[in-house]
Amino acid sequence: MKLTKVGALAAVAVLAFSACGTSGGGGGDKGTVQIWSELPRQGSSKGQTDTIVNAIKYALDARGGKVDGWTIKYTDQDDSTAEAGKWTQERATALATEAASTTDLVAYIGTFNSGAAKIVIPVLCGAGIAMVSPANTYPGLTKPGKGTADEPGIYYPGGCAHNYFRVVPADDLQGDVGALWAKDLGATTVYVLDDTEIYGKGVADVFDASATAAGLTVLGHDQAPGKSTDFKALAAKIADAGPDLVYYGGITQNNAGQLWKDLREAMPDIMLMGPDGIYEDAFIEAAGDAAEGTYLTFGGQTADQYTGDAAKWRDEFRTKYGPDSIEVYTIYGYEAANVVLAAIETASKAGAKDAAALRAGTLAALTATKDFKGVLGTWSFDANGDTSNKVFSGSVIKSGKFEFDTVLGQ
Amino acid sequence: MNIAAWFAKNTRAVIALVVVVAVLAVFGKSIPIWSGCTAALDRCADIVAIGVFQGMIVALVALGYTLVYGILQLINFANGSVFMLGSVGALFGVEIFGLTKDTPATTVILAFAVILPVTMLLTAGLNAGIERVAYRPLRRAPTLATLISAIGMDFILQNVGQVLIGPSPVSLPSLLPTTNIITEPFVIKVSHVFVTAITVPLLIGLMWFVQATRQGKAMRATAQDREAAGLMGIDVNRTISLTFLLAGALAGGAGVIVALYNGSAWWQYGFSYGLLAFTAAVFGGIGNLLGAAVGGIFLGVLISLNAFYVDPRWQDVVVFGILVVVLVFRPTGLFAAKQSERA
Repeated sequence: MKLTKVGALAAVAVLAFSACGTSGGGGGDKGTVQIWSELPRQGSSKGQTDTIVNAIKYALDARGGKVDGWTIKYTDQDDSTAEAGKWTQERATALATEAASTTDLVAYIGTFNSGAAKIVIPVLCGAGIAMVSPANTYPGLTKPGKGTADEPGIYYPGGCAHNYFRVVPADDLQGDVGALWAKDLGATTVYVLDDTEIYGKGVADVFDASATAAGLTVLGHDQAPGKSTDFKALAAKIADAGPDLVYYGGITQNNAGQLWKDLREAMPDIMLMGPDGIYEDAFIEAAGDAAEGTYLTFGGQTADQYTGDAAKWRDEFRTKYGPDSIEVYTIYGYEAANVVLAAIETASKAGAKDAAALRAGTLAALTATKDFKGVLGTWSFDANGDTSNKVFSGSVIKSGKFEFDTVLGQ
Repeated sequence: MNIAAWFAKNTRAVIALVVVVAVLAVFGKSIPIWSGCTAALDRCADIVAIGVFQGMIVALVALGYTLVYGILQLINFANGSVFMLGSVGALFGVEIFGLTKDTPATTVILAFAVILPVTMLLTAGLNAGIERVAYRPLRRAPTLATLISAIGMDFILQNVGQVLIGPSPVSLPSLLPTTNIITEPFVIKVSHVFVTAITVPLLIGLMWFVQATRQGKAMRATAQDREAAGLMGIDVNRTISLTFLLAGALAGGAGVIVALYNGSAWWQYGFSYGLLAFTAAVFGGIGNLLGAAVGGIFLGVLISLNAFYVDPRWQDVVVFGILVVVLVFRPTGLFAAKQSERA
């Protein structure tokens, strides 16, 4: 195997050399360019990001590692540290700076966490590198009026061209469908909590506003900071308010399991709902029995609900990587890689001759992406860089497993 | 002692008390904790009770900081992580015994009659081992070197915790019934009785040990003057090792309690509880056993009241704000006056 690979490489190299020598670069090998992904590769997100990396490799392998004569070198970058167990500002900053000074880098797949995206987008924007996220859902990254007053303008400093895109629907829709689902489930009063981080607060604020708009009474909106040792007093306060449902905007790693235990102890029959930040096995492990019956929303669908092209992709992917190889964001990782590779191809065919031109062309092609036919169906990027794809799922935890319940937002 | 002399001795404390009462009388309505508590006393009592039981756990960890500080003037930052490994020990114990929420109560009690002492022995040995390896060789080095060594040990143990149980919190089956024993004047649950039944004997036992036994006397002597104690024939190294053994056992016991009471084990417990416990020790007067216990319970109550009446986000502002005020009036903490109690 190794020998044949080396042989093949040698053959390619010889061909490339001769092609260069005779026709001056117009043939099968135009050179090597890089794409990077930035994901938290340690800590409890590792299970999820392993599958995303596999999906990116899978997309690249389907093209034989080449796009229109360009050899694509893919690097799996890590923005987490073992110490923190999740992404850190220091790692995200270091990676973005390194990316900006890597001249043959044409596109960036990432980030996983919205907080990391806030750091990376402006740096890559300055360098003109296109960035496609398979998992960021914080609305303020793209949508004016949904985040703080200066978002999203602060991410594109000095008038650099909009370089950020995402293939997942943003949280304003997730908070929105969550509120409508809560109403469908029969709740009339809700209590909103968030973990004080950008993702959690973003989704909780939208839930808060949408619940009020949908006619639900929001009894209160409190913060449950992740470094709290327990939430028993907070749970007592919520029990006094007596809501039908508690909505939590946050992630497992901010002690959501403890929050669930304390809420269930104070209110055994309360309905609990959360966003995709706790849609992972680590949450069930952390909350134990308290997780039972939790309602969860997330962009897209569970692998078992895929239809059409997505179902076909799912079966092929599982054949290669095993039956448990697909998590929520895996298919988005695949879609992000594909839309990036397609944009590189468009740029190359439009006549990009070197890495710099290819980088600029890829950004232009992504901005112009319309009616892209991917595994998620046919979709486009709007002027903000958001996908037009808006399917959400509602799941319920039953017997320690996520079970698909309903399609939301259609 | 006549009243005038007592007043002259405690002027600052009296003034502080008068100021506090005056502030509450004038601004009480706009201080959420005060107005909330006076408006509904019985609910306030529930919240204080939640805080007391949480505070007991903090107190056990705080004793570890204060014991070691008393004898070495060293902040053993690794103490928080030793506590965290105690919760990991409880998790492993539950797995080894195969306990679930349906296990009969007697089996659970018997299992924990094994798990608690074994975990305490292991963490005691670990803490003494840390002293032997990381602190003793540096005893004559500048204080900062030992401090950095302590912080380093803390990071190492945090990572050991992550290696053992992974990066996310891990749930234990709910072994403690959450049924109410009484609801008036405040709610007491079976889990609260469990916490008290382990914490209070440990606290009293420790104080008895330090005050009344020969070894305790050696500890106090070493704390007062290490070299003089050595000249009197006290084996200083052995006494220091013993102190670390005690601190480690307390931290491990607290870890087992927290794992059962909160129902989780998490590598970050070391940091979150450690910071609280360290603060509690300073609050009560670092080096003072009673001070650490009272400080821990006081902080637990304060945090609980803050979460209920104010906002959990303000926890650190409220806790450290009050700490600063106390230290301004009593720079040595609440109870640090009597040197003889130091151990």
